[in-house]
Amino acid sequence: MESARKQAQERLAAMGLPQRRDEYWKYTRPDLLTTDDVAPAAILNLDEAPLFDAIDRLKIVFVDGVFDADASDDLSMAGIEIALLQDAPDWADALYGTLEAAGQTPVARPLAALNSANAREGVVIRATGKAAKPVSMIYVRKSEASDVMLHHVIRVEEGADLTILENGPAAARFNSVMEVDIADKGAFHHVRAMGRDHERRAATHIFGRLGHESKFKSFTMTVNGKLTRNEVVLELTGDNAIAHIAGAAMGDGDFLHDDTVFITHDSLNCESRQVFKKVLRNGATGVFQGKILVKPGAQKTDGYQMSQSLLLDDEAQFFGKPELEIYADDVMCSHGSTTGAIDDEAMYYLRSRGVPKVDAQDMLVLAFMADAIDEIEDEAIADDIRTRLEGWLARHRG
Amino acid sequence: MLKINNLHVKLEDEDKQILKGVDLEVGPGQVHAIMGPNGSGKSTLSYVLSGRDGYEVTEGTATLDGEDLLDLDPEERAAKGLFLAFQYPVEIPGVGNMTFLRTAVNAQRKARGEEELSAGEFLKLIRAKAKTLKIDADMLKRPVNVGFSGGEKKRNEILQMAMLEPKMCILDETDSGLDVDAMKLVSEGVNALRDGKRSFLVITHYQRLLDHIKPDVVHIMANGRIIKSGGPDLALEVEHNGYADILAEVA
Repeated sequence: MESARKQAQERLAAMGLPQRRDEYWKYTRPDLLTTDDVAPAAILNLDEAPLFDAIDRLKIVFVDGVFDADASDDLSMAGIEIALLQDAPDWADALYGTLEAAGQTPVARPLAALNSANAREGVVIRATGKAAKPVSMIYVRKSEASDVMLHHVIRVEEGADLTILENGPAAARFNSVMEVDIADKGAFHHVRAMGRDHERRAATHIFGRLGHESKFKSFTMTVNGKLTRNEVVLELTGDNAIAHIAGAAMGDGDFLHDDTVFITHDSLNCESRQVFKKVLRNGATGVFQGKILVKPGAQKTDGYQMSQSLLLDDEAQFFGKPELEIYADDVMCSHGSTTGAIDDEAMYYLRSRGVPKVDAQDMLVLAFMADAIDEIEDEAIADDIRTRLEGWLARHRG
Repeated sequence: MLKINNLHVKLEDEDKQILKGVDLEVGPGQVHAIMGPNGSGKSTLSYVLSGRDGYEVTEGTATLDGEDLLDLDPEERAAKGLFLAFQYPVEIPGVGNMTFLRTAVNAQRKARGEEELSAGEFLKLIRAKAKTLKIDADMLKRPVNVGFSGGEKKRNEILQMAMLEPKMCILDETDSGLDVDAMKLVSEGVNALRDGKRSFLVITHYQRLLDHIKPDVVHIMANGRIIKSGGPDLALEVEHNGYADILAEVA
């Protein structure tokens, strides 16, 4: 792993830290993620039950970025092998940094290289069968000014099935990388909720490689946070693979959420789907940069990309940059990006039936989010997410 | 029940007067019909009564059981018992029909200080009412009006009316886009709600709806005013001769 770290350090030195002038950092200020000094972020006392509380899961707890054995469950479960990054077995040692390195072209992702070079904590998980329950990573904050890096390495073996949950604010400044290697017919499900702490900053990367007939599904909920930059970089290398990435973000005030996605189709008959929804008000900003690259020969590709934002007032703003680059002639790719306000007609209709204005607005906001939430396969987990969004709306009325 | 007095309404954003002194009184249990040529202000009247944005009342009053309607929000008017069946019911993707109706029913009950219906009570009620309108379980689960045919949308409006049990129902061209069978079904739904107390204001272009929903009074509206009122025969007269004679008569 040390040589992988050294190589990552070299990659980083070659590309340098992200700058405002970089093409993919036009809308999001990178300095908050790169400065030497880490500004503190107030810790929010949560007024709601812990997320995923009712879900039967294996809990792995990190406090300020350090594994907490006492708070975590026993790291063993039928169908999977779990170890800490510092105890990584050979397969993980060999995989560490490789998907990140592959994901550095054609677009550089310096913060991910920074992570590979420096992260000392994380978990490595190898699924060999159907995991009995989700593995739930919980990121607790206790320090006001923590600067945390986590690096997880995941391998889903042939025909195996794994669900990863992630939630919690993690740190004042959080940098995480998850490398996910999915073998043929493997299935990987991922649902995460970024923490609600208002001043926290986060840059996350997921690098995925998908084999034949494999499946990758990831959903992220973001409510609050000063800055969140979530990058997902996937390479569909086996025929008939399926990748779905969805996100629901809601921000009020000093909030910027950036979804940056790069999907490479390099095989036959693969499907990729991106569904990102953002609800913004009071100066909150949303960013979407999504690209689908269809390589020569990747025929019968079915690519879909949808990014929509709902601006609840005149101060909110959204920047969208959808990109398609296609080098095969028998593909179906569609993309759409919309920005708009609450539909007055729908509002009037609901109110004319007696639904009070605030409730009508909440109903329409949740309806707007529905397509993204529908990407979560597990109903109980989806319900949990929906309840969180309802809770946020209830706190942000008027 | 509904009393409209000298109502003048203009568009909020432009200097265009649409209603120019409407007088109308619908008594308890009565069915009134309003007919009139395109652009006479019929739909505007229904929108203004239900509280849609974009209109400005410059003169006159509208009351329901003596209470001023025009100062209330749409949801308050609904809770007081006013219901508008839309000419073009709005599609709301992502909101389940059943969820929508339950929220509406309970919001109104809450506003009136009544106890809310439990999920079980609501389900029992809606199933019974949906059945008589030939609305199947699938339609109840689907998002509000999304993918509904014209007839299904209108039946859905009547289902909402049946569930909300308003005092005063306004039907804005409920017959538009309906075939003969659908019109019969919708009319039966409306007639089932007639109980001697509930009142109806039926806006329509065609006399044929009034064969099914028999009015007590028929009004002819033109150029923002009610220019003539009479019995059901007045609708037949329009059907045979058009509006030209009546317009000439009052001019």
